[in-house]
Amino acid sequence: MYAVDFDYYRAGSLADAQKLLGDHPGAKLLAGGHSLIPLMKLRLAAPPAVVDIGRVAELRGVTLSGAAVRIGALTTHTELAASADLGRAAPALAETAAQLGDPTVRNRGTIGGNIAHADPASDLPTVLVALDARINVVGPSGHRTIDAAKFFTGLMTTSLEENEIVTSIDVPVAQPGRGSAYVKFSHPASRYAVIGAAAAITLSGGTCSSVSVAIGGLVAHARRLPSVERALTDQAPSESVVAKAAAAVAADLGRDVSGDIFASAEYRTAVAPVYVKRALLAAAARASAR
Amino acid sequence: MKLPVTITINGRAYQREIEPRLLLVHFLRDMAGLTGTKIGCDTSQCGACTVLLDGVAMKSCTCLAAQADGASITTIEGLSADGQLAPIQEAFWAKHGLQCGFCTPGMVLATRALLETTPQPTPEQIRHALEGNMCRCTGYQNIVRSVQHAANMMGGRP
Ligand SMILES: Cc1cc2nc3c(=O)[nH]c(=O)nc-3n(C[C@H](O)[C@H](O)[C@H](O)COP(=O)(O)OP(=O)(O)OC[C@H]3O[C@@H](n4cnc5c(N)ncnc54)[C@H](O)[C@@H]3O)c2cc1C
Ligand code: FES
Ligand code: FES
Repeated sequence: MYAVDFDYYRAGSLADAQKLLGDHPGAKLLAGGHSLIPLMKLRLAAPPAVVDIGRVAELRGVTLSGAAVRIGALTTHTELAASADLGRAAPALAETAAQLGDPTVRNRGTIGGNIAHADPASDLPTVLVALDARINVVGPSGHRTIDAAKFFTGLMTTSLEENEIVTSIDVPVAQPGRGSAYVKFSHPASRYAVIGAAAAITLSGGTCSSVSVAIGGLVAHARRLPSVERALTDQAPSESVVAKAAAAVAADLGRDVSGDIFASAEYRTAVAPVYVKRALLAAAARASAR
Repeated sequence: MKLPVTITINGRAYQREIEPRLLLVHFLRDMAGLTGTKIGCDTSQCGACTVLLDGVAMKSCTCLAAQADGASITTIEGLSADGQLAPIQEAFWAKHGLQCGFCTPGMVLATRALLETTPQPTPEQIRHALEGNMCRCTGYQNIVRSVQHAANMMGGRP
């Protein structure tokens, strides 16, 4: 399959990428190409030009700096999975990257492209929302930082303005007593999330002093589950308490669940509490082990 | 727009003028004439088009030839030297790791990437590493055996 004809520009630096976007109206950034190229081949996207940022070294890599770990937008899923720093600071994110798609997808796909594309079935948005990550972007009007929970605004829609580029993602380093986990129901062919649930819990004195839980896959974009969080906060996370809290996911989802040929909305709604419960229990078990 | 690119395939440099929309798999098959790399789904799902780009396994149907400008590609044609099958190819043959053979070039290159990092993989690791490669014939059992056999033949060396 061939994409509609387009012009190709390769950026040597971040500044170069900004200039190329400015010079070519309608141009799209190309990172790993594992979302954009399939869309262009299907002619669901037909940008007049692409700006390839795949070789911009300054956008790549994981660095630990104090209370946060900074992940360059061009870091591939394989690199996320292999990063020892990320494995310690945010194990749920490293594990998620290791389960995403298949090895060839992980070798090419990047975290920046994954979140900018904002596919509802993506894994990383759900984890980043639960972990209170912050997204650093640069654009024609300068730098700004967006909370992950405000970054994803709709089906394949983000709060990125025209010609803004994601430069990095900051994830808070897990403190003692805090544990996080992501569990997903994978589509058997693509491995995309049919349902994905991410949780982060801080335990103090045996009860949950802070609970953060997010869901993705079955709604238009990854989002927090405030009813579940409220139901578990200040409680001891026993299996029955967690199951009861997870059941509150129904109140948070309302009628927003979407279905497809593989899994209906009814089915996803029925299964969601199971995945939320598993994520919460796994996060709590890790919190008590740290 | 026409772009000049140079892509090294199995050690030989190919310099061509291309359209930006040309996919790497078409560069390999149509411009370099190396038709060992297959196109199965053309939608990034099946892995029939798997090659190594600078040693890393990737789907050549999901990469522009322009992105591979300056890179070194290994295709199935690059594995056997002087008509001698490479150990991985030998192992697929010995353990009946193929029937129609359509998925085989991709399977062999994904295997090569696996053995590079994990010279003695467990069956579990093999299945995980080949998750992106579909086979409609063998049922996978003999593919896993082939990879184990290759690892044994190579004595844990990549
Ligand atoms: C077969 C297959 C299976 C997959 N399975 C999964 C899965 O299980 N879970 C999952 O989460 N994902 C999955 N993916 C998607 C994969 O993670 C992609 O890599 C990712 O969604 C896009 O990253 P990319 O670097 O390839 O982006 P590209 O395709 O290059 O770009 C995607 C979009 O983001 C924009 N963009 C890219 N970089 C930036 C930036 N720095 N700033 C602003 N905009 C940018 C582009 O303009 C484009 O619109 C799968 C993909 C495939 C092909
Ligand atoms: S042809 Fe490339 S993945 Fe199927
Ligand atoms: S041998 Fe026929 S598809 Fe694998």
